[in-house]
Amino acid sequence: MAFTPTRETYSGKVYPVTVGTGDSAITFGGENVLPFNSFEGSTPNRPLVAFEIQDVPPSDWPENVQKPFAGVSDDPVKWAKYCQDELKAKAIALRLIGTHPDRENRSPEDAVKTVKDVLAAIHIPLIILGSNHAEKDSSVLIAAAEAAKDRNCIIGKAQEANYKTIAAAAMANNHKLIAMSELDINLSKQLNILITQMGFDKERVITDPMCSALGYGLEYTYSVMERIRLAALTQNDVTMQQPMLGDVGMYVWKIKETTASEADLPQWGASEERGIAWEAETATALLVAGAELLIMRHPRAVEAVEKIIEELI
Amino acid sequence: MLIIGEKLSIIAKRVREAMMKKDKGPIQEIATAQWKAGAGIIDANIGPAEDGGEDMMQWMVTTIQEVVPLPVCLDTTNASAIEAGLKVHNSEWGKALINSTSNDPERFPILELAAKYNSQVIGLTVGKGGLPADAEERCGIAAEIMARAMEYGVSLEDIYLDPLVLQIATTQDQAIKVVKAVRMFQELNDPPMKTVVGLSNISNGCPKALRPILNSYMLGLLMYEGLTAAIADPLEKEIMTTVKTIDVIMGNTLYAHSYLEM
Repeated sequence: MAFTPTRETYSGKVYPVTVGTGDSAITFGGENVLPFNSFEGSTPNRPLVAFEIQDVPPSDWPENVQKPFAGVSDDPVKWAKYCQDELKAKAIALRLIGTHPDRENRSPEDAVKTVKDVLAAIHIPLIILGSNHAEKDSSVLIAAAEAAKDRNCIIGKAQEANYKTIAAAAMANNHKLIAMSELDINLSKQLNILITQMGFDKERVITDPMCSALGYGLEYTYSVMERIRLAALTQNDVTMQQPMLGDVGMYVWKIKETTASEADLPQWGASEERGIAWEAETATALLVAGAELLIMRHPRAVEAVEKIIEELI
Repeated sequence: MLIIGEKLSIIAKRVREAMMKKDKGPIQEIATAQWKAGAGIIDANIGPAEDGGEDMMQWMVTTIQEVVPLPVCLDTTNASAIEAGLKVHNSEWGKALINSTSNDPERFPILELAAKYNSQVIGLTVGKGGLPADAEERCGIAAEIMARAMEYGVSLEDIYLDPLVLQIATTQDQAIKVVKAVRMFQELNDPPMKTVVGLSNISNGCPKALRPILNSYMLGLLMYEGLTAAIADPLEKEIMTTVKTIDVIMGNTLYAHSYLEM
């Protein structure tokens, strides 16, 4: 007897979100099934993987993930163009980490210049991220959102402490918005409600339930993502139907498994392969949990994940 | 939890006057307010409507659906008025619901209409012999309605069994029997039968201040037993608070601090 798979039907669907402009605009989300279960419904768009770059040289990144960008990462414009032209990136995530008060403490005006220069150099969609300092991000992201007006970027991250200013800036300049909460599904829903109560269109929000690396609490991120997606699909919860972000690179490339040298831990094998595999595996787990947007660092990890998407979609 | 908005009833003076004058304004205003408050179906109760019922029901259905993207519950004992309403009902947002059939042979033609127009129908568990005494008798009548429905070609998934809520002020012992009947109805089929109640009847004849309290607590108990739908007033704040809170407690919706505002 032929095998007939059991089919679930869902009452809800994930909002499709389009970023960028013109021919380079890309849409992700839009499915009405659990990740990659296209046989039960429709998955109109692939998850989007963005290459992470930053406004200051990546001296804080481990050597193994600095190497692929040697010669370009001293300048965000060169770096962005390299990702777009040589690595065929579909999107860029520019992290304004240099604005953090404990780092270079760059000003909002510095951030504006970086954003404008990068936007002038690329045609693919741009994600503009702050330094995750709630107070500083308010001023930096307001300025950055204005500098990127009408380029249909993604601005982030809005958190409980600063969502009002950042959401208002994203709304005024026609951008999408990342809403981040800290590994708590109820607070994630609450933040989405608060943002939409400001008049921000719920279909322009991307949910970041907060990422973590394999071996460092990934199961919490996985579980929250999975539950958000089930609420969206099975309970048709309109406050939980946004696409989700996995901000993978920054969580993976700081843990022992991606930073420890072969001299210190020879039994762990080649450190470069180890780091790439760790990033690709973390990203894949989140895709399966429901992430539609990934921010990643190592080109070979991105390549591996794109291949997995190609096979699963 | 499905709320069938009950406000468009001929019993209400403002609605009755609007119906008589064919004044769309108040009808559309009340329909919209109920939709915004969370109703999933709008009840159109035109009473027995012996004269001109067909016109009246058609006017109500089209007037409501002009402004509200919801199905309508056609509420009258006049079968030809129901058929007229079904003819113009826009089912883009869901099937029409007929209120109601029962185990009284006079009400069987309603099943024929439900089959003919592919609509849903409320099965009131009363027969010719008067009010049911307990949950078991309600189940016996429900089984007969289900058998009759299948005979007429109405799918069991299109039937909402109604245990008939009675007034607590006059027949107090019936309240808990109704709650029990809602549980038992579901066991009559797999997948479980859908259930509905005319909620506010529980507090009919009670002091005004008590009515929302009685309605809400009764609804909470019924929801716990798996009630599918209630004909109720979604503009009554306590009703929607109860629906949302019980849905959260039972895990049907995800909790957030602002859940009552959604």
